[in-house]
Amino acid sequence: MKLSKEKLVEMLRKMLEIRCFEEAIYYVYAQGWMPGLAHLYIGQEAIAVGVCENLKKDDYITSTHRGHGHLIAKGGDLNKMMAEVMGKVTGYCKGKGGSMHIAAPELGIMGANGIVGGSIPIATGLGLSSKLEKDSRVTICFFGEGASNQGAFHEGLNMGSLWKLPIVYVCENNLYAISVSQQRSQNIEDVATRAKAYGIPGEIVDGNDVLAVYEVAQKAINHAREGKGSTLIECKTYRWGGHHVGDPGTAYRPPKEVKLWKDKCPIKGFKFSLIKRKILTQTEIDNIENEIKQRVDKAIEFARKSSYPAPEEALDDIFAK
Amino acid sequence: MREITYAQAIKEALAEEMRCDENVVVLGEDVGILGGNFRATAGLYQEFGEKRVLDTPISESGIIGCAVGLAMAGFRPVAELMFGDFVCTAMDQIVNQAAKIRYMSGGKLSVPLVIRTNIGAGRSSAAQHSQSLHAWFCHTPGLKVIMPSSPYEVKGLLKSAIRDEDPVMIFEHKGMYNKKGEVPEEEYTISIGNADIKREGKDVTIIATSSMVKESMIVADRLKEEDIKVEVIDLRTLVPMDKTTIINSVKKTGRLVIVDEGVKQAGITAEIAVMVTEEVFDFLDGPIERVANENTPIPFSPPLEEFVRPTQEKIYQAVKKILK
Ligand SMILES: Cc1ncc(C[n+]2csc(CCOP(=O)(O)OP(=O)(O)O)c2C)c(N)n1
Repeated sequence: MKLSKEKLVEMLRKMLEIRCFEEAIYYVYAQGWMPGLAHLYIGQEAIAVGVCENLKKDDYITSTHRGHGHLIAKGGDLNKMMAEVMGKVTGYCKGKGGSMHIAAPELGIMGANGIVGGSIPIATGLGLSSKLEKDSRVTICFFGEGASNQGAFHEGLNMGSLWKLPIVYVCENNLYAISVSQQRSQNIEDVATRAKAYGIPGEIVDGNDVLAVYEVAQKAINHAREGKGSTLIECKTYRWGGHHVGDPGTAYRPPKEVKLWKDKCPIKGFKFSLIKRKILTQTEIDNIENEIKQRVDKAIEFARKSSYPAPEEALDDIFAK
Repeated sequence: MREITYAQAIKEALAEEMRCDENVVVLGEDVGILGGNFRATAGLYQEFGEKRVLDTPISESGIIGCAVGLAMAGFRPVAELMFGDFVCTAMDQIVNQAAKIRYMSGGKLSVPLVIRTNIGAGRSSAAQHSQSLHAWFCHTPGLKVIMPSSPYEVKGLLKSAIRDEDPVMIFEHKGMYNKKGEVPEEEYTISIGNADIKREGKDVTIIATSSMVKESMIVADRLKEEDIKVEVIDLRTLVPMDKTTIINSVKKTGRLVIVDEGVKQAGITAEIAVMVTEEVFDFLDGPIERVANENTPIPFSPPLEEFVRPTQEKIYQAVKKILK
């Protein structure tokens, strides 16, 4: 696939932004600046970026508990995200949602979700709205392989396929749902084979190869925009860390396996190929990384300086005013 | 006496019951190799193997449904729903199936099932991982509902729940899993349906559930210094409710504060308050006070969360108000 230099650089930039943000979240957690927990996206960056680089601003996405990467890839503002994660009033949801519930409808981000599988039927409904309104939007529904064992997955895909809705269901198969490996939770090797049950295309792609993800997603998105219906894409990947910042992730995964996947780092591989193709030099990449690091540091500073919401604000937003 | 954590007490109860009855099996998300998200099943997989300790897919409806089927076929399954909020994805199997099967079959079928789940905010886990939904299940005849307030309570009540012939929902408390308390080495059970008077007093009765028992005891200590004698009742079981203990206490004190972590609207506090007015209205010296969560989802940010939750200060103020 032929992509412009700008597009390629933008993809690298977004992946680096996600990596840097997530490393910062870990730091912020360790410092005790962040209440609760967060589920990091490190290792899966190529998926969010490869998919979202195909989208328009008003296309919809739904996200999960492991959602920071999706939000950044769809244009999320680092300051507002960091502030939300710290529970500050300047955050995307005024501190009411936190890491697992960031929503930014102005960017088509229709909410992350703490209920595994909870967003799949919702994405189907967003897709239905596009069909009814003929607005040519596409909805991307991100979820993990663990979520594909929920009834909500099957109900959502059945309806999405039945009504030929403009949806791309993106399963990020990182091999584990907390401690339970895919092998121990489903009798199939590829989640994508479930597409067959719904009569929609099922694609398998290397989720650590941003260009491969981009290409497969492009095809599925075009298919959806042309009114031909939904696609299920399975991206094979791995989460580097534990399930969340408080889990070392060592009790149920062999160290060898973790190392193997770290060697397949989606960012390292992509950097290497961009240098080889003379699209960027190492120095240019270093500069990009420095610039991102500064922006993330500023986001931390912004969030730390922001105030907490006033306690009584807890009583607002239950119903429309 | 030795002290162990709430999570360890749960594990002990499960292990003891599994050793003496091979029909007891444990199933749920991450209950096996990981030993449970809150460590309440740690070591069971190693001791009893994967046939009796089943790591399940993320399929709450499937988990409870399977447990119902197992129970109907003679097993005594203990199913874990990792967070109380996930009862929602299992609701049909709990409410329309487990709770109704004995009744619909004219008593021919039994569902000796235990569902272990939890309540509790205060951990900045936001609206989908912090709810206290126990009251919902009191609105469903056919389910027993218990809320253990300490390691001692949880061990004894869980053992009784496993031996019970009917579906029992046990709401543990997330904030207590790693808290220690005294638990005897010797075997014991606590029968379902009995409240426990944690402290006697003549001025005011506080009825509390789950972690609110401890909070109420601390408030009672503070009030003692003001020469106010508080009687603290640990409700322990919501269904069936120990009306006698409640009524006798209200007859003695004439004043009642009810404390529970569920939201106030249509909560268990309302049920108790009405029951008391129905049964012993004439003994009341004033209105009943309720301390519960504000009628909001649980917010993420700490100051908001603190604002909506029942706290020691709110319990204290409720007692003072009622004594005015
Ligand atoms: C309905 C529901 N059940 C269980 C959980 C607890 N839980 C949170 S994340 C998770 C694992 C999810 O696995 P997967 O969908 O593969 O996503 P991953 O975490 O691997 O990104 C579980 C079991 C939940 N949040 N919601």
